[in-house]
Amino acid sequence: MIAIVDYDTGNLRSVENALKKLGQDYVVTSDPEIIRSADHVLLPGVGEASSAMDNLRSRGLDKVIPTLTQPVLGICIGIQVLCQCSEEGNATCLGVFDSKVRKFQPEEEKIKIPEMGWNTIESLDSPLFKGIKEGDFVYYVHSFAPSLPQSGDTRVIAKTTYGSQTFAAALNRGNFYGTQFHPEKSGPVGSRILKNFLEI
Amino acid sequence: MLAKRIIPCLDIKNGQTVKGINFEGLREVGDPVEMGAKYAAEGADELVYLDISASFEGRKTFTELVTKISERIDIPFTVGGGISTYEDGARLLDAGADKISINTAAVNNPGLITELAEKYGSQFVVVAIDARLHDGTQPSGETDGIWHITTHGGKHSTEKELFSWAREAQERGAGEILFTSMNHDGMKSGYPCETFAKLDEFLQIPIIASGGAGNVDHIADVLTKGKADAALAASIFHFGEIRIPDLKEELVNRGITVRI
Repeated sequence: MIAIVDYDTGNLRSVENALKKLGQDYVVTSDPEIIRSADHVLLPGVGEASSAMDNLRSRGLDKVIPTLTQPVLGICIGIQVLCQCSEEGNATCLGVFDSKVRKFQPEEEKIKIPEMGWNTIESLDSPLFKGIKEGDFVYYVHSFAPSLPQSGDTRVIAKTTYGSQTFAAALNRGNFYGTQFHPEKSGPVGSRILKNFLEI
Repeated sequence: MLAKRIIPCLDIKNGQTVKGINFEGLREVGDPVEMGAKYAAEGADELVYLDISASFEGRKTFTELVTKISERIDIPFTVGGGISTYEDGARLLDAGADKISINTAAVNNPGLITELAEKYGSQFVVVAIDARLHDGTQPSGETDGIWHITTHGGKHSTEKELFSWAREAQERGAGEILFTSMNHDGMKSGYPCETFAKLDEFLQIPIIASGGAGNVDHIADVLTKGKADAALAASIFHFGEIRIPDLKEELVNRGITVRI
């Protein structure tokens, strides 16, 4: 069974629909017991990092999530709360990934902030991307992104460049995975990535 | 590199796709869910569904339709038309919409942008702007060069002006601006690229160009000269004048980054 963690961060409907299309059963929950017993855990969401962290704390999930041992996938704000900290609202995050979430910097050749739309993923290095080609497009909506870790056992398993700024499109450490993009909104490519995750 | 987006727009009346010329003279063109799925399969980057039903029943049908769309379509979609309150936005979010587009209600009540963006995030709120360049009815016979904001599908003119209103919408938390020139909409003669380029300089958030596409050149122009982040069109797709795969191939040939 798959647990979709409900911590009041926007619309979970698209993740639910993506799982339905894959023929998967799931439960939307903030109950630590159900989350602990799930085969796979999805931590989705859109929103603001510091309030997402507040929402996790108020449900006691900040203590639960880092101790999970089954495959966990954070999506968008979900990957950000798994990082060390975020510049958004100066949030201290869960510290699973050795990465800091930074705001996009304005550039000489103007980039729009937020980054909204389809961008490519490169340097793919994980079973999460089985069957996915270098340069395939995925859907992004974000103003903040995880930096590339400098050291430690957090692995960058996909990169994306916006303007001239390269960030971690996906991270992995042990059983934890995260994508800054939205696989649930990324057409057949995203659907394959979700399927791959559920096969981990 | 971030791709320029191609967005088919479907106008919905009582559960069916229709397309008008200058917002009038509607023709039915097909089932919205099937059309959306077809466009997504062909490579559309997003979809926009606009409810143009005037009735309560039509609205209800539209909300049910949004649920069906969200169950079927795996790319982002925006819904708009007739959103006048925060509750309307919440209802469509619950039905599965990724974004909502607000137009007349935002002009009448700019606080609505703030309210929706604070609760659901800027990415949820597209502010659609219909504007008309004064068409020479000045005593001098010249245009006054001002893009006047219109509401109710272009029927009402307001005192608001395009650039200041777009900036205000951004500052209130809009995630994108969808700009339609009422002078160009339905004419298939191209987009006002200079105005789009000026709007791009003026704003930090993405701009979707709408209203006026008649051929590939028009779309290529608004994405390059007009610097738009996305191009939205309806009839050229609905009536099969341009197929999305062919359009994207043409854009690639011209050095424009699109998702293939």
